Amino acid sequence: MSSTSLGGLLRRPEAGAALGLIAVLIFFAFFGGVTFLKPAGMASWLNVAANLGVIAIPLGLLMIAGELDISVGAMVPFGAMTVAVVSGHYDMPIWLGVAMALSFGVIVGLVNGILVVKTAVPSLIVTLGSLFAVQGVVLGLTVLITKSTSVALSVEGPAKAMFGDFLFGGQLQVMALWWLGLTALYIFFVHFSPFGNWIFAMGGDKVSARNAGIPTDRLTIILFVLSATSAAFVGMSQAILYNSAQVAGGQSFIFNAIISVVVGGVLLTGGFGSVVGIFFGTITFAIVTQGIYYTDFDRNWSSLIIGVLLLGAVLMNNTFRKMALSATTKKKGAKA
Amino acid sequence: MTAPILALRGVNKSFGPIDVLHDITLEVKPGEVLCLLGDNGAGKSTLIKIMSGVHQPSSGVIEMDGQPVSFPTPRVAAEAGISTVHQFGGTFPLMSIGRSFFVGVEPTKGWGPFRVYDRKRANAIAVKAVQDMGITRITDGDRLVGGLSGGERQSLAIARAVHFGARVLILDEPTAALGVKQATHVLRIVNEAKRRGLAVIFITHQVMHAMAVGDHFAVLIRGAVAADFKKGEKTREEITDLMAGGASMASLEAEIEGYMASHNGHPPPPAA
Ligand SMILES: Nc1ncnc2c1ncn2[C@@H]1O[C@H](COP(=O)(O)OP(=O)(O)OP(=O)(O)O)[C@@H](O)[C@H]1O
Ligand SMILES: [Mg+2]
Repeated sequence: MSSTSLGGLLRRPEAGAALGLIAVLIFFAFFGGVTFLKPAGMASWLNVAANLGVIAIPLGLLMIAGELDISVGAMVPFGAMTVAVVSGHYDMPIWLGVAMALSFGVIVGLVNGILVVKTAVPSLIVTLGSLFAVQGVVLGLTVLITKSTSVALSVEGPAKAMFGDFLFGGQLQVMALWWLGLTALYIFFVHFSPFGNWIFAMGGDKVSARNAGIPTDRLTIILFVLSATSAAFVGMSQAILYNSAQVAGGQSFIFNAIISVVVGGVLLTGGFGSVVGIFFGTITFAIVTQGIYYTDFDRNWSSLIIGVLLLGAVLMNNTFRKMALSATTKKKGAKA
Repeated sequence: MTAPILALRGVNKSFGPIDVLHDITLEVKPGEVLCLLGDNGAGKSTLIKIMSGVHQPSSGVIEMDGQPVSFPTPRVAAEAGISTVHQFGGTFPLMSIGRSFFVGVEPTKGWGPFRVYDRKRANAIAVKAVQDMGITRITDGDRLVGGLSGGERQSLAIARAVHFGARVLILDEPTAALGVKQATHVLRIVNEAKRRGLAVIFITHQVMHAMAVGDHFAVLIRGAVAADFKKGEKTREEITDLMAGGASMASLEAEIEGYMASHNGHPPPPAA
């Protein structure tokens, strides 16, 4: 069957990401030995990948749909600060803090989505605005309420176990389980359920998708809600894990998530990509940032590697996409 | 007399300050092909976008089976059995043929929340539908649409509309990108849809194509219905003149002939 042949594999959106991951694994195994593939070493990059991946997948879906959301960089500290202020500073029940952190995610996502749909201003600009607006709100309100830029929080019981603990008393965060579970859910919805098709159609040609009966406005808003809420979720979980929240930080998620998505084979202009590709892209990114510690290189070089990796991945993905466009698996007329 | 399936009564459309359609009244009956003719920018596409739920009329009424209806979204129009191939687009370059064909109406297998997209069935139906259009080169439903030629993509969009068109089929310049063979196929498909009792609205700039399938012709000039007549009521020359927005093709021919007569049979030099 076509999908099992080599040609079939190469025209999948994640082909480049898979090869990039293999290249990075070989690179670090060669220069740093296999320590980073042993349990202790793995936890370090799996934790990075998990926190990043939970944000990267919904962001990648937005990019497949032809949009972008950089406000995730402010939603991470917003989620963290909300749970810390509500359940730490005010000492309210942790579940209230969790619910409020996630609700703020939904609200900011709704605002982003509705603004993009109603104003037709490019989503980069809309979410650039909300990035700064939310950062301002977080800083202003936190200082106003707590007179500090860092708020302590202490959580025990099921909420701690669910969102902010280490697995089996080791070094791996529970976020890794969330990441794997969410990835599986996303794979089902995007690649197997009929709705996934709508996202690709919307990113390929928004007008035609609407003309074909896809509720493009509603779908766009849902995707923005998903990305903002996921970012708030990660921030909230980190605050529970580290028992504190800071107003700053989180901006690194913007670029890191975009890099993971692009390395994962998603086309920046939309219409092409896969969840598995984003998953591979995230792991690749995490290994590059963490694997450097296991080599003799100065860690300052990791940005160089990431830059080269990004360019290489984009070029490779372009090549594979061209191949996919011209490919047909049925060798019809080969004899003629 | 059969009653019209779809009718517009006194429909106006403006985009902000720009008036595009004025007081349009038109009907299509089952088993009838309405050819919508007119110059570039006359408002043909805008008119059919009102019938397919893309635009809302500024005023006036849409009737289906004699009842006033409204199509707030393309999906509502599609559910009412109106299927449209728009002038541009209609396919998705980086999607497979099967997926592109079924956007918005994906076939599924399985149960409840575990219903999954049925790739095999989608591909088989899509490939068969395109082959029925005369594009026999397409055999693999997994191929990406962007790898097809312009005409093949157009045929895919038409095949989709024909497949889902239950009552009204609207084709906006479907033959513009097509070769002679594929254009003939489209005309045959229009006739076939008509025979099955669908109402067809067909937009074209080619008189030959219009004459070949049209039962009923409406000419738009600057957003108003300038002429509305049945097959056989006007000659080909008259229709051509109307399509050119009134500027007479015959007078142009006469001009050229006059020039040739006075210049020893030489045609006029091409304009610089
Ligand atoms: N969304 C819109 N906003 C503003 N003006 C529009 C819009 N859509 C169409 N128009 C205007 O309406 C007029 C009619 O356009 P329309 O596309 O209906 O023409 P047409 O008859 O289909 O032409 P063609 O033969 O070139 O396809 C044009 O002047 C166009 O500029
Ligand atoms: Mg038009």
